[in-house]
Amino acid sequence: MKKVILGDHAVSYGALLSRVQTIAAYPITPQTLIIERLSEMTANGESNAIFTKVESEHSAMASTVGSSASGARAFTATSSQGLALMHEMLHWAAGARLPIVMANVNRAMAPGWTIWTDQNDSLSARDTGWMQIYCQNNQEVLDSIILGYKVSEQVNLPTMVILDAFFLSHTAEGVDIPDIKEVDKFLPPYKPEIKMDINDPRSFGALTSPDVYMEFRYKMQESMDKAKEVITREGKEFGKMFGRKYGLVEEYRTEDADTILVASATVASTARAVIDEMREAGQKVGLLRIRVFRPFPTEEIVRVIGGKKKVIVIDRNISFGKTGIFFDEVKGAFYNYTGNKPPMFGYIAGLGGRDVTPKVIREIMDDAIKKDKPESEILWKGVKL
Amino acid sequence: MSKLTIPKEEIMSSGHLACQGCAGALAMRYMLKVFGRKTMLAIPACCWSVIDGPWPYSAVSVPLFHTAFETAAIAASGLKAGLVAQGIDDVNVVAWAGDGGTFDIGFQAISGAAERNDNILYVVYDNEAYMNTGIQRSSATPYGAWTTTTPANHPKDRPKKDLVEILAAHRIPFVATASVAYPEDLIKKFEKAKNTKGFKLIHIFAPCPTGWKMPPELSIESARLAVQTRVFPIYEVENGVHYKLNINVKNPKPVGEYLKIQGRFRHLKEDDYKVIQGNVDREWKLLMRKVETFK
Ligand SMILES: Cc1ncc(C[n+]2csc(CCOP(=O)(O)OP(=O)(O)O)c2C)c(N)n1
Ligand code: SF4
Ligand SMILES: [Mg+2]
Repeated sequence: MKKVILGDHAVSYGALLSRVQTIAAYPITPQTLIIERLSEMTANGESNAIFTKVESEHSAMASTVGSSASGARAFTATSSQGLALMHEMLHWAAGARLPIVMANVNRAMAPGWTIWTDQNDSLSARDTGWMQIYCQNNQEVLDSIILGYKVSEQVNLPTMVILDAFFLSHTAEGVDIPDIKEVDKFLPPYKPEIKMDINDPRSFGALTSPDVYMEFRYKMQESMDKAKEVITREGKEFGKMFGRKYGLVEEYRTEDADTILVASATVASTARAVIDEMREAGQKVGLLRIRVFRPFPTEEIVRVIGGKKKVIVIDRNISFGKTGIFFDEVKGAFYNYTGNKPPMFGYIAGLGGRDVTPKVIREIMDDAIKKDKPESEILWKGVKL
Repeated sequence: MSKLTIPKEEIMSSGHLACQGCAGALAMRYMLKVFGRKTMLAIPACCWSVIDGPWPYSAVSVPLFHTAFETAAIAASGLKAGLVAQGIDDVNVVAWAGDGGTFDIGFQAISGAAERNDNILYVVYDNEAYMNTGIQRSSATPYGAWTTTTPANHPKDRPKKDLVEILAAHRIPFVATASVAYPEDLIKKFEKAKNTKGFKLIHIFAPCPTGWKMPPELSIESARLAVQTRVFPIYEVENGVHYKLNINVKNPKPVGEYLKIQGRFRHLKEDDYKVIQGNVDREWKLLMRKVETFK
């Protein structure tokens, strides 16, 4: 059924269709609409989930961790300050190997107080062992929640489905809401191999000496590597069933391009129009959207942009003291590449929700195209000083 | 009144890692005897995260989820919600935490779970300091006590936080104090908690010979003296308003008898004893007023 819905509500529907069994959440703008809708869904019986209205995000994640460890399919959602408060428990969820799915609405970190989008909240959680999916539209948001459980429950690592504040969370778009019976065929009930079980009592997360700790971490990395295959396979399978295919990255007119723009989230969806416009003017440009940031799609990135003339990365985030984070990681993917390494331009734009319009993207493209190499590691776009 | 029996079955094994005379370990043994195998535990950072043993061992024959320091209450209620969501209604979930994880860092999550009346039992084994990290003060450390962060020349100068009163103010079905020196009372309270729906909290006075600088054989004796000197009254509150004194202490011993056997109070002088005696008398009087007024 096609419906015009907000990005936040796409999350709520994704959770409903995944038949989540527990929800624990705490309100924060711009995530609130997600949990308000889920409160209605659980109150009116559309969803059978038990919804615990906790007193903080730290508890939201701790509750979700507890429910997931008991063998239930568990869900939560947050944003920004809330995600930061959860940080300790993000490690717990991943380290306990729990297939939790959480939506995070990308909102910039305070101070100064802000509610608008950038990626520094979720990227600060980069090394917690969560998979991270950056969505470009509301349809992808809904689909990624369902896909999140499908993948997480195979690799025993949690998934963070990420959507831009307001540009998706509060923007209405046409979304195909699949029939729950069809979703059931794709996503069977969660059947963990191991869980808290009185008939098989075990202690979870006990003291680990230096003699054993490292092996647990090795296994997490092994599962992250495996997740690349699983995400690709399930993304294809999903495409067969629902007509929408998803992968680690998405290419747009890259084949014969000599200049590639790398972007994520809604900046990438806006960029498509710029690519079309430049193509019409005869410029050989293409777009590589990074959809999955963890696990990082190194091979796909190198395959698409290796040997190209120029690469331009737009980051809506910054690692203070370094550069934009996607830029840094894309560059890193090439260090051991023996082919022709393209020069890379790293732009920072749109922090704290400043618009990254087609005009802004076009100016970035034109700026990079006219230069042989970047004059500095960070190229700030639109900073007023 | 029916005769009380303590179940023979041992669900906690003797091969745990607690120090000799650890009342926190003994309290767990009693709890599991009453609660049985249809129980799950959530344990935050505290001595018990060590006592249970390193991976892959466990001293208890029930599922145990180790969780972050401040999350015992909410990890337990998340577990409970997950079980109920799967149609498993007959498993008791117990949060088991130290005083630091309860009075201090975990306080917010406890208040949340209590206010929602989540159907779990929360047990705090109170050894009156952060023992896991080497005897630092907590807000459960009593007035006058030495710890590594309240050295003898500047001991703790504030009273112990009144946890039971704060929990009673949440109007939860059952909150009580208990002591390992009074096992019948302790067992009864576990039974009552097991048969009560909603949020229950039992505050167990749990001497720690290591942290209290006291020989292990004085562990139970110190717990008994805490009650007999009225330092630690044994009472319960139902629904936040019905007070009941479980162990009446008609002829209290002077507090000095309790204080003098513990190294953590060695620096105290006669004047300090007087101040502490005054505090204890005042608190007892206050409690008796509540017990008489709110039956
Ligand atoms: C967030 C966080 N802060 C600090 C610690 C370090 N820590 C671990 S146990 C502990 C003290 C525990 O004290 P208590 O709850 O009284 O239990 P006990 O060790 O006395 O049994 C501390 C401070 C931690 N694990 N997590
Ligand atoms: S330090 Fe104290 S509380 Fe911890 S195990 Fe030893 S006796 Fe028990
Ligand atoms: Mg303690």
